[in-house]
Amino acid sequence: MKILVCISNVPDTTTKITFTNNNTQFNTTGVQFIVNPYDEIALSKAIELCEGGKGTVTVINVGESQTDPTIRKALAIGADDAVRINAAPRDAYYVAYQIAEYAKTQDFDMILCGRESIDYNGSQVAAMIGEFLDIPSISIIKKLEYDGSTATIDREIEGGKEVISVTGKFVASCAEGTAEPKIPNMRGIMSARTKPLQVIEAKDIAEVAKVQQFETPPPRGAVKLIPSEDPSKLIDLLHQEAKVI
Amino acid sequence: MSVLVYVEQVDGKFKKSVFEAVSYAKAIADHQNTNLTAVSIGNVEDSELKSLGNYGASKVLSVSNEQLKDFINQAYASIIAEAAKAESANIVVLSNSFTGKGLAPRVAVKLQAGLIDGAVELPNIEGGKFLVKKTAFSGKAFAITELLSENKVIALNPNAFGVKENATDASIEIFSPTVKSTDFNAIVKEIVRATNKVSLPDAELVVSAGRGLKGPENWGMIEELANLLGAATACSKPVSDADWRPHSEHVGQTGIAISPNLYIAIGISGAIQHLAGVSSSKVIVVINKDPEAPFFKVADYGIVGDAFEVVPKLIEALKSHKG
Ligand SMILES: Cc1cc2nc3c(=O)[nH]c(=O)nc-3n(C[C@H](O)[C@H](O)[C@H](O)COP(=O)(O)OP(=O)(O)OC[C@H]3O[C@@H](n4cnc5c(N)ncnc54)[C@H](O)[C@@H]3O)c2cc1C
Ligand SMILES: Nc1ncnc2c1ncn2[C@@H]1O[C@H](COP(=O)(O)O)[C@@H](O)[C@H]1O
Repeated sequence: MKILVCISNVPDTTTKITFTNNNTQFNTTGVQFIVNPYDEIALSKAIELCEGGKGTVTVINVGESQTDPTIRKALAIGADDAVRINAAPRDAYYVAYQIAEYAKTQDFDMILCGRESIDYNGSQVAAMIGEFLDIPSISIIKKLEYDGSTATIDREIEGGKEVISVTGKFVASCAEGTAEPKIPNMRGIMSARTKPLQVIEAKDIAEVAKVQQFETPPPRGAVKLIPSEDPSKLIDLLHQEAKVI
Repeated sequence: MSVLVYVEQVDGKFKKSVFEAVSYAKAIADHQNTNLTAVSIGNVEDSELKSLGNYGASKVLSVSNEQLKDFINQAYASIIAEAAKAESANIVVLSNSFTGKGLAPRVAVKLQAGLIDGAVELPNIEGGKFLVKKTAFSGKAFAITELLSENKVIALNPNAFGVKENATDASIEIFSPTVKSTDFNAIVKEIVRATNKVSLPDAELVVSAGRGLKGPENWGMIEELANLLGAATACSKPVSDADWRPHSEHVGQTGIAISPNLYIAIGISGAIQHLAGVSSSKVIVVINKDPEAPFFKVADYGIVGDAFEVVPKLIEALKSHKG
């Protein structure tokens, strides 16, 4: 079995988000970058499925050389080898196209992504890869079982879940619950340095979307405190002032 | 040129988020001086389809056949793209629901279109540019994104635009698309849905609780408060990690991002990762015994107090408010 896991390099979750150049660029000064938390789940699931010599896990990232530490982290967690497509990840369409083009040259049984990247939050890449490859894509999954040819997958829906059966190759985007995140051990960290990381060039494709400007949410006014003895005042305020109940 | 909106049905009915997507698409169509067509897939009765006219759809394409009664991502995407071509629609609107998130990217690739996921405002179309504001960095920021392609796909965040009535007489047409057999490699075996509960992503009101509640046995009062309000329940990450509550209730940077009209946070400290997913709520109420809890800094209303005393009083007050 061969599994491809797509990993994106994102700002650490504690990052206070600020912008530079007239709010046109994300300010990376002092920002720590990590493996997208959902991608860790996808990777952990892939490793779990391949345990005991049942298969190999390749991680792929579309990014420039500064993402190499993130890729090494994924190798330390337990991926067998890595591919970096050497280009700034312009938009989801571009990223998905690059990954799909690479996947066409290989024979992966499944491609796992995270549910979304915590920076641009598209939830786009996985389903776009599916469409470029003309294979099923299952978005936001919470459980995945695979018997070598058929996958049984729980997909999240509003207020519940759908159980889906997939035959043949597929793409899925993983949310919490799909697998317990694995933490790199010492052996993993040591071996990550020598595992293969192949760098390939990107293919050209027209740009379809471009961020022009960022905004941060407007600050809220000061909090109105209500005495704890009398919460009925809160109900009155929510009803009459805020008009939300 | 026209605008197409995909209307997702659940058990043959449309939810509020669908009417919201139709209202939003209608506003775009009006701006472009064109008509709005809706496409529905699955078994929906004519009276329900007609109701889309109330929000501005002048035509409804209805695809109903047994094979397509449940959501098949690939097949549905093929149908929506085919409908867009049949209607010469260059703008396709969907709601950014779980299903919409799976569909929109596929439709975008089929139409070679740029995609805005999680739009929060109407497009700003000026000087030949097509700009849409969307959430980014898990609710910590917005990105104003330009769509450069001829065709455009927009997935609208629930509760971002609101439902706007716009009485139009909708004509209903049967649409018979061609779907290929490989579009059915993934099929739905079972659907498990709690129908008695308000679902979190579309909820207008949300009651959420954190580690301050001490244990799962104390969620009775949270559910009672939610029931009285007609609200959905949510929780912080440690709470779902400890299995006090299901993962589907976990909000925040690594959970669901929500933007209800009212978010009540009880016994939640307000860590940056939690705030990321809830800070775009319109009104935030915080109940916490620690006056220094960071959550108070982003709250509109706050009660400093012990949840085990405050919440029961709040429930009583709400009961008498409702009479
Ligand atoms: C990579 C990463 C991703 C994360 N993603 C998320 C996420 O998506 N969502 C999320 O929520 N967290 C997330 N976190 C965790 C986050 O950092 C916090 O640890 C978490 O939000 C804290 O949850 P809490 O507020 O319930 O618990 P605590 O921080 O323990 O706070 C409990 C609060 O309850 C109050 N309290 C205690 N007793 C009472 C009482 N009797 N009455 C009233 N108040 C009381 C306390 O004063 C305190 O403020 C993430 C962390 C990391 C590292
Ligand atoms: N630059 C990238 N390189 C590789 N995979 C990516 C990249 N960006 C996003 N992905 C994958 O696509 C998923 C969804 O990302 P997004 O569509 O940006 O929300 C992520 O969880 C990753 O698995």
